Amino acid sequence: MLLPTRGLPAAPSLSPASPPPSLPALRRRRPNPSRRSSKVVSYYALTTPPYKPEALEPYMSKRTVELHWGKHQQDYVDGLNKQLATSPFYGYTLEELVKEAYNNGNPLPEYNNAAQVWNHHFFWESMQPDGGGSPEGGVLRQIEKDFGSFFNFREEFVRSALSLLGSGWVWLVLKRNEKKLAVVRTRNAISPLAAGDIPIISLDLWEHAYYLDYKDDRRAYVSNFMDHLVSWNSVTLRMMRAEAFVNLGEPNIPEF
Amino acid sequence: MALRTLTSKKTLALALGGVRPLVARGVATFTLPDLPYDYGALEPAISGEIMRLHHQKHHATYVTNYNKALEQLDAAVSKGDASSVVQLQGAIKFNGGGHVNHSIFWKNLKPISEGGGEPPHGKLGWAIDEDFGSFEKLIKKMNAEGAAVQGSGWVWLALDKEAKKLSVETTANQDPLVTKGANLVPLLGIDVWEHAYYLQYKNVRPDYLNNIWKVVNWKYAGEEYENVTA
Repeated sequence: MLLPTRGLPAAPSLSPASPPPSLPALRRRRPNPSRRSSKVVSYYALTTPPYKPEALEPYMSKRTVELHWGKHQQDYVDGLNKQLATSPFYGYTLEELVKEAYNNGNPLPEYNNAAQVWNHHFFWESMQPDGGGSPEGGVLRQIEKDFGSFFNFREEFVRSALSLLGSGWVWLVLKRNEKKLAVVRTRNAISPLAAGDIPIISLDLWEHAYYLDYKDDRRAYVSNFMDHLVSWNSVTLRMMRAEAFVNLGEPNIPEF
Repeated sequence: MALRTLTSKKTLALALGGVRPLVARGVATFTLPDLPYDYGALEPAISGEIMRLHHQKHHATYVTNYNKALEQLDAAVSKGDASSVVQLQGAIKFNGGGHVNHSIFWKNLKPISEGGGEPPHGKLGWAIDEDFGSFEKLIKKMNAEGAAVQGSGWVWLALDKEAKKLSVETTANQDPLVTKGANLVPLLGIDVWEHAYYLQYKNVRPDYLNNIWKVVNWKYAGEEYENVTA
């Protein structure tokens, strides 16, 4: 059994390749001048983390979640909606928008906000109350296959997080072509979606993610994320979905 | 070997320049400079807690890691290990830049009681009017460009020492101003990393930028301007 005791943090909507459930269903279409001149600019909504703001304490304070979600992510949502009022990107799913606006490495103005909305949504669902520890079953075996051991994976994830220079993110991704898990780092708002990788875990390393709780001690923040916050339930669901796109062969994920 | 001769310890220290190079274990090392004021002296514009962490933790870590990287560089150069020399450039730029930038930043600030926030007079004041229209326009421009820096970085009032012209520049992460142009001299640098303001201003970087002008040491910027243009 892959999901032993922990309750699922949310409906199985955590897949990286589908738009978040609370986003309006948007159809791809050309911008319509009459629409563009109207006042309706709420294209994307702020999604809510699948737990209460205080649920991650003491490892992430209520204050941090409230500011990080309610201010930082909200600002990215507002900024994006404002840009979309006059942009040709009307009607894309958020994931399509992140990929398109990356523009092969020459990001368009919408990119920063779009990617940060996506990154933060994904980050909240990468955590759960009473998370952390190590995964089981197929996920564990895949990690052992690709990193040698869970210990090695953890070491690499932490080392990668500590050696990021400036603001950015560290990710566990499934590499589409190599068909294996890997730890990657991105700067500022950059998302691994553009490289075609399938995100599995994200950890926000902008100082706003940890400064109120940990000050300059990024190491303690990263350790607590691994030991107490990371949601292996989400990882399992994301791996299940990723398997629709990437044939991992043996071992099969998930197993029931 | 030519490479080794070129980078003897002495020339290495000279080439790297900087503040009070000391000699320890044969490699130039840098030390954390003292602040010319107390941690709490810039309140309420910048809290004492921010100043203490910023100086004792952040800047100190850049100095430590800069020295470490230079030591590794020295070892790599002695061994003629070219790929390690190249690989160390990232750590040197980041930590060395962090040391250089913060060393300037501390001098750019001054308690209000000692004249912090007093607008520039003399030649720098005239040059600002000439190049930006007015002092207020310069502040508006630096606030806007500082607020727009994505991620971590700095916003600068720069002087092009050849063209004798002022400009506003931004750099990412800890890139020092010189990475934007060999002729650029920093007169004033404002740290827009979140660690510089988050405990007090949270997500509202524009408020931090508005308030920092109350404690800017324009006297220092003016002296730098006159030294360079003299």
